[in-house]
Amino acid sequence: MNLELFLVLAAALFCTGLFGALTQQSVVMLMMGLELMLGGVILAAGAAWHHIAPATADGQVLIVVAITAMALEMAIGFAVVTALFRSREVDMTDMAAELRE
Amino acid sequence: MSVVAFWVLGVLAVTSGVLVFRFDSMARATFSLLTSLLCVGGELIVLGLDYLGIVTVLMMTIEMAIMAVFMIMFMMNPAGLMPMTMTHNTRGAGFLCAVVFALLVTGVLLVPWPPRRGTAPPDPTADLGLSLMGPHMLTMTTLGMALFATIVSSVVLATRRGRYDRYGDDLRATRPDDPVRGGVGR
Repeated sequence: MNLELFLVLAAALFCTGLFGALTQQSVVMLMMGLELMLGGVILAAGAAWHHIAPATADGQVLIVVAITAMALEMAIGFAVVTALFRSREVDMTDMAAELRE
Repeated sequence: MSVVAFWVLGVLAVTSGVLVFRFDSMARATFSLLTSLLCVGGELIVLGLDYLGIVTVLMMTIEMAIMAVFMIMFMMNPAGLMPMTMTHNTRGAGFLCAVVFALLVTGVLLVPWPPRRGTAPPDPTADLGLSLMGPHMLTMTTLGMALFATIVSSVVLATRRGRYDRYGDDLRATRPDDPVRGGVGR
């Protein structure tokens, strides 16, 4: 398997996640889109490590960073959803639009 | 064998990733996302990164289990018994994602990727550990601080009664306003 096939697969996952992050109204569904995008990043980093520079661990370190980012995103995301729902009974992005002001 | 595994896992990852946003049921969407991310872990194992692949599989299984709980807590339609749409601007987003995908694929195919330098060590996991504890120690330290900050922030955000609720708006109260008094001799 060559690098290009892995990167095309990673791009497909990234764009699927991007579609979800842009279209979903539910905050939790939006976070699922972000998880898919990070899944694509993880796959691309693994493919780059294997096909470009397997002798160094830089690609693996990037995967560790992306996996940690997934965990942090989920923990903080759910905490924000909990705080938002508790204060305004809102769990949809459209109803939380005043947060941007 | 690895070619078959790549194609099967790849097709399954993208298909289940698309199905996440097609299901009416939130529970089904969660498990579809879990399938997609498990396939990503499988692809890492195909690439020879056994440890990181297993870590991804384990983390995503636990993460999606927690996500399913939150889904059922917050969503109106966790079981898909009442079909509904919870999307906006699907046409514009679809066009934008198609453009991004086309750009990414063009870049992937046009970039002259460098040839493979060196060979993979016999134990990539040991290589990763030595790197994180050596030249990439700053990355590890930053991740540790970010994890600690996340623990504190998520507890502060999720708690029902903050210090302003307990001590008043100016925080000058001598005693906190708690419904049940704590401590020794209450």
